[in-house]
Amino acid sequence: MLHPSTSSAAGAAGVAAPPPTGTVRLTINGQQHTLQIAPWTTLLDALREYVHLTGTKKGCDHGQCGACTVLVNGKRINSCLSLAVMHEDHDITTIEGLGSQSTLHPLQQAFIDHDAFQCGYCTPGQICSAQGLINEGRAHTEEEIKEHMSGNLCRCGAYAGILNAVKEVVDAKSNEVKR
Amino acid sequence: MNPFTYSSVTAVEDAVRDNASHEGAAYIGGGTNLLDLMKENVARPTHLVGLNKLPLTAIEPTPEGGLRLGALATNADTAWNEEVKRRYPLLNQAILAGASPQLRNMATNGGNLMQRTRCYYFYDTATPCNKREPGSGCSAIGGFNRIHAILGTSEQCIATHPSDMCVALAALAATVRVSGPSGERTIPFEDFHRLPGNTPERDNNLEPGELITGLDLPAKGFEKNFSYLKLRDRNSYAFALVSVAAALELDGNTITDARLALGGVAHKPWRDQEAENLLKGQPATPETFARAAAKVVEGAQGYGSNNFKIELARRAIVRALKQAAEGSQHASDVFLNSNP
Repeated sequence: MLHPSTSSAAGAAGVAAPPPTGTVRLTINGQQHTLQIAPWTTLLDALREYVHLTGTKKGCDHGQCGACTVLVNGKRINSCLSLAVMHEDHDITTIEGLGSQSTLHPLQQAFIDHDAFQCGYCTPGQICSAQGLINEGRAHTEEEIKEHMSGNLCRCGAYAGILNAVKEVVDAKSNEVKR
Repeated sequence: MNPFTYSSVTAVEDAVRDNASHEGAAYIGGGTNLLDLMKENVARPTHLVGLNKLPLTAIEPTPEGGLRLGALATNADTAWNEEVKRRYPLLNQAILAGASPQLRNMATNGGNLMQRTRCYYFYDTATPCNKREPGSGCSAIGGFNRIHAILGTSEQCIATHPSDMCVALAALAATVRVSGPSGERTIPFEDFHRLPGNTPERDNNLEPGELITGLDLPAKGFEKNFSYLKLRDRNSYAFALVSVAAALELDGNTITDARLALGGVAHKPWRDQEAENLLKGQPATPETFARAAAKVVEGAQGYGSNNFKIELARRAIVRALKQAAEGSQHASDVFLNSNP
């Protein structure tokens, strides 16, 4: 069940069988997971297909859209352009680890309040990216937030709402610091 | 992706040894370009040597008064490093003009040098490409070549090197430190990347198995008068059509030292020392800047869709030099003003 399909490579005459799957230990949203996966499994595929955390989305699968954004040790990355095996000692946070069904993360609430999505496909990546932006603490003005959120595309074009939502949470954070 | 094995190493010697003991092996740092190329079947390594546990993430002073950037420091950590911001703001600006925050958090300094062209024919395995498959032909010549090179091209290849960071490193005259099967050596930045000539499959002058361990910046950072001007189809998260790294040292209005390098126009970051010499000793005026710009594009050649780049480059050089002289950076100085 945990073995990815290898039939195409193994089945071809004269082609050596691919190397066996290996054990990869990942810490995701504070929980340890031990996976039997092939080395070419991306972090994105590990999250979605093996840990069944499908909140993280596969958009372009080439690092161009940001839908797969997760936090690794608090820093945002594109999980589609990283191998799971490269993250054994890291703390991975996905959208499932930010809020819960009963208690929304402030960014989740702000996205609802500001109508910051239509189809919602890019939203988990937008929110993880925004949390990364807040952790970095470098973007405060609208211009800065736009620039620092440019790695996340929204094909519905909800950018105005996304900007307002992120700005609200950024502002609230900086007020907290001031108090 | 084709099947491969993976190993993680903790010492540079082990990395070099592990790489040498696997035919078809490749080093992987951040992986942002390599994994993409593997998904497209352009790169097909049989074994990956994982570098992320190597102790090469430090950014520290050199004995010569410069700064050493660890090969595995991320582009983000490098751009936002306090010493880089203070002493080499041109590098800060160039790095932050490239990619997205997510990618800059993953991509390493060594990997930035090693990234490959974004020529669409290079990525498309259904089309001929001399860089991907030597001898198969160049689809960009006579094809759609809006993003392609205008300087230093060959009949074999008109691809560009896509990096922003490397344009600043060329202007700053960095040195690349490498380790390989035959030991350690350093390569001046200008000699690191190659022009396509008859061997477009070779992007750089690394010998097989060599690994970048660091980048040394010289003491002089041109922190007062610099500009990284990047022109592209959208104002963020896009590769440069043309970019200019300009750095000046001024005594009053007289230029005492100058650096000029371009991105998006050639197979390598294009530093023009003849144009720099036309600036030195001259007054910092639009006429001086125009002479230097004319020198840079003197031998430029368009291939149809990219003809516009010649005039764009000429104007961008003048504007970047003016910004450098005035001490007013490109619009992207939003980056520098942000709180750390």
